[in-house]
Amino acid sequence: MILRAAVVALVAFMTLPTVVVIAVSFNPTAILSFPPAGFSLRWYENVLTYPQFQRAAVNSVVVTGGAVALALPVGTLAALALERGRLRGRSLWAAVLLSPLVVPGVAAGLGFLILAAALGLLRSRSVLIAAHVALVLPFVVRSVWVSVRNLDPALERAAASLGATPWRTFRRVTLPLLRPGLFAGLLFAVVVSLNEFVVSLFISNRVTEILPVAMFTYVVNYTDPTIAALSSLFILATFLVVWLADRYLDLGRVFLQH
Amino acid sequence: MKLLLLPAAAVLAVFAAALASLFRWSLLEFIPGSLQAGSLTLANFRAVLAAQYLGAIRDTVVLSALTTVCTLLGAYPVAYVLARTPSRRVRSALLVLTLAPFFTGAIVRTYAWVLVLGNTVVTWPVPMLFTERGVLVGLVHFSMPTMILILAAAISHIDPVYERAAASLGASPARVFRRVTLPLSLPGIVSGALIVFAWTLSAFPTPELLGGGKVKMIANVVKDLGLDSFNWPGAAAFAMLALALTLALLTAVGRVSAGRTP
Repeated sequence: MILRAAVVALVAFMTLPTVVVIAVSFNPTAILSFPPAGFSLRWYENVLTYPQFQRAAVNSVVVTGGAVALALPVGTLAALALERGRLRGRSLWAAVLLSPLVVPGVAAGLGFLILAAALGLLRSRSVLIAAHVALVLPFVVRSVWVSVRNLDPALERAAASLGATPWRTFRRVTLPLLRPGLFAGLLFAVVVSLNEFVVSLFISNRVTEILPVAMFTYVVNYTDPTIAALSSLFILATFLVVWLADRYLDLGRVFLQH
Repeated sequence: MKLLLLPAAAVLAVFAAALASLFRWSLLEFIPGSLQAGSLTLANFRAVLAAQYLGAIRDTVVLSALTTVCTLLGAYPVAYVLARTPSRRVRSALLVLTLAPFFTGAIVRTYAWVLVLGNTVVTWPVPMLFTERGVLVGLVHFSMPTMILILAAAISHIDPVYERAAASLGASPARVFRRVTLPLSLPGIVSGALIVFAWTLSAFPTPELLGGGKVKMIANVVKDLGLDSFNWPGAAAFAMLALALTLALLTAVGRVSAGRTP
């Protein structure tokens, strides 16, 4: 009984902010109130027509697209090497590959800022892409590594003994069997990159900034519910992604087993 | 096979170069009004320990410790149910509801708390927004999914046979929990606590938005110095402090998990 009450209270604590954001986003006036005094979609209209958000949305797509397109193959190759290669210091390699996860965002962000300034790249989105690749790589390596570990090498040997070239074996046997890991890696990489804020804040300006940075600037300067509307769209997208992932990947299996 | 690691090594080399630049600048002299730095010096690290910043360091440590304790207390029951429930539907619902904030970005989550703490929903008896209390609430919410995952993994590794054995020998459920489940989940508790503490030490968006400039943690000082005052050497020294603290704590986590049977 106490256990159930504790769980319900915690779930309420975790979901309360989400509920409030969604409710406020339909508020008809610029003064925040809960429950809303009416129903209006004007803040959603504002999100879609605010030029800075449009520009930031394009930047987000370019940066996330570029970073994920690079990190997915790079991480997959690394995961294959980690599991299959006769590596000396495998655990060291693994630790190094996952290390961007543990570096505080402000340290990585300021480091990239100083490096980009030295290279004269501060006005370019390439710095954002480079930083995002490093930040999402650990997620790709981890997800794909699990799939590589579960892959029976006998299947690849069978294909090779039946006359398939190494490339054909890779394309027709290895890659399809790695699909769950690749899918999970892609999912994590997209979600992490789209939401990345701290590092991006340091290395972007008004022209190159991605959505979370533009939202931060807006929150600091204005108090109307526009960000509530944009947040609601983010929350909706995220819930869909997590729900789909749970449906097709069984999140419990991904998270609770090693 | 080793060649397959080359692209990843290249990515990491860029990351390492960024951290190396950070380290180098933390040792260079700040020249006000210029983005060029002067000669080698330790002055930036001495400034970190100056009286005006000691408050930020103390607040950071206190808030991180409180966050760790609150997160631990809140996460344990959920993690327990998550690990032990036979129903896949309960497990899925709990995972989606408690982990979804893990996937929604820092800004969305923090803005949501700006609304809740800012007297939009209820009028709080004491000021919440732009106080350390409010920042604490946001930090606990932020760390909760991580703690739940780590604890649930630890609890699901405990063979329920031990709990059944204790119960069949006459122990009450409370006693089973206190004498069997809790001690066996201790490695998870320790690593969860260390990881949450380390992450909170370098928290940025939560204190930035919920603190409203009145609550400063280490990361906020880095941003103030680096992006607002253009004092990159000073900011770099603070960032190195955050990095060193985090790495020290996570090394401790490695020790704890290495001491446990794999």
